[in-house]
Amino acid sequence: MGVEAYMAVAGVLFALGIVCIISRRNILYVLMGVEMILNAANINFVAFNRFGNGGMEGRMFAIFVIILAAAEAAIALAIVLNVFHLFQSVRPSEADILRD
Amino acid sequence: MDPKLQQSAFYAVLALAVLAAIGGGLVTHGAEGMAFGLFASFTLGGSVMCIWERSVVRSAFSLMATFMGVAGLFVLLGHDFLAMAQILIYVGGILALLLFGVMLTPPDLTERKLTRVGGAVVFVFGGAGLVWNHVQNATRSLAVLPPEELTEATTQDRAIGLAFLHPEQYVVAFELAAFLLTVALVAAVYIARRRTEDFEPEEVA
Repeated sequence: MGVEAYMAVAGVLFALGIVCIISRRNILYVLMGVEMILNAANINFVAFNRFGNGGMEGRMFAIFVIILAAAEAAIALAIVLNVFHLFQSVRPSEADILRD
Repeated sequence: MDPKLQQSAFYAVLALAVLAAIGGGLVTHGAEGMAFGLFASFTLGGSVMCIWERSVVRSAFSLMATFMGVAGLFVLLGHDFLAMAQILIYVGGILALLLFGVMLTPPDLTERKLTRVGGAVVFVFGGAGLVWNHVQNATRSLAVLPPEELTEATTQDRAIGLAFLHPEQYVVAFELAAFLLTVALVAAVYIARRRTEDFEPEEVA
């Protein structure tokens, strides 16, 4: 399998992540879509690392992306819980004020 | 259309697509193609299921297939350390966090609208189709090797560890990542805590 096959999978995964974000009315789906998008980026990083010049920049990037995704998930979940507490709703469009 | 029938039709189509991907990979590229088809269909099938399902719990669990498929793709690319980290952090950590979020918020089974999902699919994939020509032009200039010229993939855990701690490579980024994780976890606890004014004063008997 060449690099194009991995790029195709990553591209479709990225597009599905965006579909997940814009088509569902629940903050948790936005989080899931973001995870899909980060995974798609990671597939590209690792594939180009494998099919590139033999360096290791791609995989180090992928490791840091995974670390950032972990931090992002923790913060985002805390924000989701707070938004639900404040608005009694998990619809992104209803969270329209910063504080009351 | 009856929701039950719709659900069965969706799963039938999904299963057929997975079988077609595995079979197509086997026919065109042998064993490696079969493994690629399996992992790629896990990745994409999981995310399609995540978008399709009404219940957030099912969506979160189908995301596990996506993460596992991506880990499998990492193994196919010869990066076993990343595959392990992927399973450990995504499946073990992020998915568990998402499930906590699912448990702490109320379910809403009427929220999925197939027209909206279909519109989003047309919009996103149509937009991707519009720029497809430019993408192909851009990828033609990439300096990538064809698969038959690749050297054997070797495990590079030791090289990764050394690169993390080498002063001329990634030690600053490594320490910053550690600092960032600490700050993020403390901040998450701070944001998500219950404030004292939220608690009802207890009845004094």
